[in-house]
Amino acid sequence: MKISVALKPKTIAKPFIWLARKGWLTWILLLIVWWIGSLLSQPEYLPGPGQTLSGAKELVLNGTLAKYVGISLRRIFSGWFLGLLVAIPIGLIAGQFTFFRWIIDPLINFFRFVPAIAFLTLFLIWFGVGEGSKVVLIFYATLFPVVVNTLAGVLSIDPIKIQAARSQGASQFQVFWSVTIPASVPHMFTGIRLGLSSAIISIVAAEMLAAQEGVGYLIYTSRLYFRTDWIFVGIVVLGLIGFFSDRLLRLLGSTVLARFGTDTNS
Amino acid sequence: MSASPTVYSPGGIAIRSLSKRYGRGGGSSSKETPPYILKDVSLTIPRGEFHIFLGSSGCGKSTLLNIVAGFLQATEGNVLVDDKEVSRPGRDRGVVFQNADSAIFPWLTVAQNVGYGLRMGHTPKRQRLETVERCIRLVGLDGHEKKFPSELSGGMKQRVQIARSVANDPSTLILDEPFGALDAQTRKVMQDELIHVWKETGKTILFVTHDILEAVYLGQKVSIFTPGPEAHIQETVSIDSPYPRDLTSPDLGRTIKHIESFFEAPTAATQS
Repeated sequence: MKISVALKPKTIAKPFIWLARKGWLTWILLLIVWWIGSLLSQPEYLPGPGQTLSGAKELVLNGTLAKYVGISLRRIFSGWFLGLLVAIPIGLIAGQFTFFRWIIDPLINFFRFVPAIAFLTLFLIWFGVGEGSKVVLIFYATLFPVVVNTLAGVLSIDPIKIQAARSQGASQFQVFWSVTIPASVPHMFTGIRLGLSSAIISIVAAEMLAAQEGVGYLIYTSRLYFRTDWIFVGIVVLGLIGFFSDRLLRLLGSTVLARFGTDTNS
Repeated sequence: MSASPTVYSPGGIAIRSLSKRYGRGGGSSSKETPPYILKDVSLTIPRGEFHIFLGSSGCGKSTLLNIVAGFLQATEGNVLVDDKEVSRPGRDRGVVFQNADSAIFPWLTVAQNVGYGLRMGHTPKRQRLETVERCIRLVGLDGHEKKFPSELSGGMKQRVQIARSVANDPSTLILDEPFGALDAQTRKVMQDELIHVWKETGKTILFVTHDILEAVYLGQKVSIFTPGPEAHIQETVSIDSPYPRDLTSPDLGRTIKHIESFFEAPTAATQS
């Protein structure tokens, strides 16, 4: 009898701790706070979980949400991918060649403080109202975290590794391919992850550029219809896109790239 | 027994009135020129000799090693390895670094690490795989070929480094306190392993340590450095005892006493 009484709190505590550790508890608490907040407020002012869900249902049923998510994902990933294609070589070359680093360093440290949204109008003028300007904006947002981290990766390589490779008879060029690049993969990978979050953050700005579709467009134009519940849908969807794409990247880091030291739990 | 490393043959290492100081020597008049780390070091190491650089920490023995490896340039004088002047690192001089985690490539398997130099030198694949297998067996790492360095112990990582250096078939092996970070048992095993590798390959070995017992256990010749700055070699002690050595034997005891006398007052040496 006594034992079962003593055990009872523990058996309740176990799943509770599990929920907390896995992060579910946070979401449950947030939902409760949101719900209570919405009860004390007007639906137009703060739509509750229920209203947001029915707003989402509306958007799902008429096919808007799936279409918009697809379009936004395409923009995010093409801009991000182009950004990686340009930023990784720049970071590697800047890390390898001091002169190039001197030239590029002021530019990086200036423009990385200028947010993509500041270029909104300019990109529209330069790259037109089509997909181009939106992808360029995402590209711009991706560029800096990837360049900065790749560069840091090259600069933090243990000089002993280079010496070891040279003693093994590797030429400068071989050292670059066989040591510099693989040794900077962990930093590069951090940059790639930060670049992706930067790309997702900038989708709203990108879709303020004369867009007719997309999650960012949904958030931006819902204000015109006073559909705050749709804004909430857009916010949740953006968060989910970010959460799952980062999960996917981390999976890549803990499997394919793990031998380079990218297996992080952060 | 087959190798007779003490017999002189041409080649080997010749260090000729070498001096080294860091920074730009003889620059502006107002600025003090930095002191010499090494001052007028001359030494001849015949091919196939097991030679030890012994000195207290910071005396410049590692600097000299780095010059022989080609990582640093001498300020005055030069180094010949196999009658060629050293100006840069090269595959004729294999280097085993103190810190294996820094020196081996964590993204490559044991076999890939060992075959690295051969791959860089475009050795045909067949021959490369054979050499890698042989060198892995030589250092007793067979069965671990497919492992990554993160799965290895400290001693095994040093074996990888030794195998990698030997695979490239250099004339000289340069080792910078390679067993300093290992526990006592592993260290002993690795010392015997290194003697085995040396006997098998007949390479010239340049081994830096600050441990007198290690020096006497391993070396045919032990060059004792003065404490820095302006370090030079005080004496090169010959040790003729056969391997494996017993450090408790009377004549090695005398050798140890003799070497210890260099590290007593007035400049107390750091030993560990």
